[in-house]
This record gives sequence, structure tokens and C-alpha cells, in this order.
Amino acid sequence: MSTNVLFDAPGPRARFRNNALTLLSAVVLLFIAYLVISTLGDKGQLDAAKWEPFLRGDTWTGFIVPGLIGTLQAAVVSAVLALLFGVAFGLGRLSDHRVIRVVCGGVVEFFRAIPLLILIFFVQAGPATLSGYTVSVPAFWAVVIGLTLYNGSVLAEIVRAGILAVPRGQSEAAYAIGLRKSQVMRLVLVPQATTAMMPAIVSQMVVLLKDTALGWIIAYEDLLNAGLKQFAVNYGNLIPSAIVLALIYVLINLALGALAHWLERRSRRSRTSAAGPVAAPPAIGTGGPGGPGAEAAATM
Amino acid sequence: MDTSALFDFSPLIQELDKILLGFWATIRLTLTSAVIALVLGTVLVGMRVAPTPVLRWAGSAYVNVVRNTPLTLVLILCALGLSDTMQLNFSGDPTTNYFWWAVAGLSAYTATFVCEALRAGINTVSMGQAEAARAVGLTFLQTLRLVVLPQAFRSVISPLGSILIALTKNTTIVIVASYLDAAAQMKQMFDDYGGTIPIFLGFAFGYMVLTLPTGFFFGWLAKRMAVAR
Repeated sequence: MSTNVLFDAPGPRARFRNNALTLLSAVVLLFIAYLVISTLGDKGQLDAAKWEPFLRGDTWTGFIVPGLIGTLQAAVVSAVLALLFGVAFGLGRLSDHRVIRVVCGGVVEFFRAIPLLILIFFVQAGPATLSGYTVSVPAFWAVVIGLTLYNGSVLAEIVRAGILAVPRGQSEAAYAIGLRKSQVMRLVLVPQATTAMMPAIVSQMVVLLKDTALGWIIAYEDLLNAGLKQFAVNYGNLIPSAIVLALIYVLINLALGALAHWLERRSRRSRTSAAGPVAAPPAIGTGGPGGPGAEAAATM
Repeated sequence: MDTSALFDFSPLIQELDKILLGFWATIRLTLTSAVIALVLGTVLVGMRVAPTPVLRWAGSAYVNVVRNTPLTLVLILCALGLSDTMQLNFSGDPTTNYFWWAVAGLSAYTATFVCEALRAGINTVSMGQAEAARAVGLTFLQTLRLVVLPQAFRSVISPLGSILIALTKNTTIVIVASYLDAAAQMKQMFDDYGGTIPIFLGFAFGYMVLTLPTGFFFGWLAKRMAVAR
């Protein structure tokens, strides 16, 4: 249902009412904006001295760009590892061998059911304790391994959903012309499933990128740490810095979101795949795959 | 290598009262934020489908900005920015104050996902429903409140369940807002006893006790409440 059926094409009275409502809501929104800005101003958060550092080149070269590189490094490394993990465990869950299926399913559901942060804490503290404090896991790897296990498990579900979305006729035809199981998977199912799951994979990258911010908690040198701990402490401008950093995250994520949207439209009209685009699966128990709102829930 | 640490579940029993207190904090954070996020998300979706362009614009601006900001940053802005730096406080008592700032951050963030799920739900309500509602003379708000949203809610119960589970897991991040929940308790025990597998599994089990039944309940509810079309 397109949203404009919720109200009629306005007549003269409705137009008047709509204009009045537009004016009213504009006034209310402007008032809220005024409240926010005046409160910020009262507390001295709009002082030029707090914002001026962002106009200087050394702020960007010294803090923000290195931080952004730290964030992107963690995101890219964990994205690659998570994809490998996802393909391995996603295909594992579809295996003909019961043991492999059950083990892969258990691993995937375990990592999806627990919070990412306690996983990161454990990856950081666990190996040190178990090795008698001879091994220490750097913050970078704690973040990357945590992100890989969690996002890899979600990607495994996306891979499984993608393969299952390819109509049965495709694999039946492939078996009928004498392909072996691995060939059916490699030549027929995976290529078509890839098209179907690309949008969901790119959406998951938004989640992954946002979650690199957890690095702040274990002191990994990411964008948040560089911008808020090192930089904002120097200038006492935590709020301006947080706003600038938020904008950077929002821009990157909006770009990824637009890419996912473009891929989804392309995959919908694609004729290279018999499968339609799949959404990331919901949390365990909440119901079957896809359905309205599943995408929104999956990117949280 | 100290193998005894592999099987030593005793810290979990010794600190059981603190652990339960941590999970109680997690539950309170989750439920409070869930209720506020549901209300805020419904308001936001109303704005996003409203006949007033200004409201539509404001709603989508809010959703797109907050949804794409890391929750860690949202909570830092709430606790370190608005509370510590600007001294905007809910209460003089730090624990109460940080609890409500954590709830504010969690609900502001979660509401955007509730809004997006509901918007997808609204799109599944067939056009005839809204047309019929208009034909009998209902206004926009009446159409939304009496006809469209009830059906939209019923069709997105399962994603709302997923969002609630994600919210439960996300409450761990309130550690940046200086509020102590189960994850903070686990970190404390890692510092006291070392990062042992039994402690990790104990807390993982605790979170699964919260998330898995939620999932199955919402799965059951979604089936039961499914709109027959």
C-alpha cells in the first residue's frame, strides 16, 4: 500500500487544514530546534573555540583520519572473515550429514543469541587466563574476532536463506543432467543465491561498521576513541566532536544503505537468478524468514 | 596452563547475588526502553506517513540519522555529553540518573527500528482497507489508529520480537553510560577471577534465558495474531 492512500487528494478545506498543520508542525519543530540550540549555547557548547579545531587540517590528519582508518581496518578485516565464516557455516547447516548440520546450527544460534560485547570481553580476557597470562589478545583482534563470530553467524543464516530461496527446480535440473552435489552447489545454487543475498549482506555491513564502535569500550584506536578520548579531551569539546563523528558514521552508513537498496532493485529485476532477494533471518524462534519488517529488525 | 580454571564454576555461585542483580538491571533497562521505544516508534511512523510534508521530513531525518549512528556513540552522547558535560540530569542520584539516560539512549535508538518495521507493516495492509476507511469518512488519524496500525502491528509481531531481542543484547552497551548491568558484572568478574570459560558460559546462558523464550513467545504470538487475508 502506498502511503498516499491514507488520505484523500485534498479539497479546499483539507488543503487549508494541511497548510495550517504544516505551519503548526514547522513552528513546533523550529521551537524544539531553538530549545536544543539555546541550551547548547547556554552551556557554552556552541563557542567558536569548541568547533574551530574541526576547521584545522591537523585535527583531521592527526585524529579523525587515523581513527577512521582504524575503524575501517577493523570493519574490512572482520567483514572478510565473517563472509568466510558465514559461507562455511551457512553451507554446513545445509549439509547432508546430520552431525555437521547440528554442530553448525548450534554454533550459529549460540553466537546470535548472546550479546556481542560479552563475546568481545571474553575474546580479550579468555586466552590470557587460559594460557597463564602468556598470551595477550590485542584490542584490534578482540574486536575483529567478536565481530567475525557474531556477523559471521548472521551471514551464515543469510547464506542459508539465499540457497533455500533458489527454486528446487534448479537443483533438480542440475542433478538430472548428472552434476555431483558439490557441482550443483558451486555451479548452480551459489551463483544464483549470491545475487539474491547481496542486498542483505551489504545491509549487514552497516551493522558491522556500527558495531566497530564497541572498540571504544576495550580501548581500540577506532574513530570514536581517536575523536572522543584523545581529541575531545584536548579541547574539552565532547559534544561538538560527538556530533561530527556521528555525521561521519551516518554518511558512510547511508552510502552503504543506498548501495544495498540499489543492489536489491537490481536483484529484483535480475534474470541471472531464479531467486528473489532474501532478507536477513529474524532472531531464533520469532518466526519464518522474510516477511514485512524483517529487514528493519535485521539491521539493528 | 591452569586447567582447573576450565571447570571452575564456583565464582558463579559465590557471586550469584551480584549476577542476578546485574541481570535484573538488564531486564529493567530492556522493558523500560522497549515500552518507550514502542510509543516513540509508533509516533515516528505516524509522522512518516502523515499528510504534512514537514512531519514526514522530520520523521525520516530523525530515523535516518539515529539508525545509522552507532549505539555506543548515542549512549556516550547521552551519558558523557548531555549528563556529565551539560549537567542535564534526570535525578541527583547518579544511579537513577544514569539509568534514565541509558534508557533515553536505548529507546531513541530502538524507536527508529520499530518505526521502520511498522512502516513495512503498513505497506502490507491492502489499499482497500484504507480506501474503505476513507469512504466511511474516517480522518487520517482515525484511519491510522482504527484500521491501518492494528493490522500493521499484527503483521510485524515477529520483527518486533527480533528488535526486542536485539534490544536485550544491546543493553550491554550501557556500560559506557556508567550504569552497571550483567555485562559490567561479567567484566568485573573477569578482572577478579580471570577470563574463564565457566564465567563466560554462565553469562551467555543468562542472556540466552532472556532471549530464547522471548523469541519463541513472539514466534507463537505472530502465528496466533496473523492477519488472515
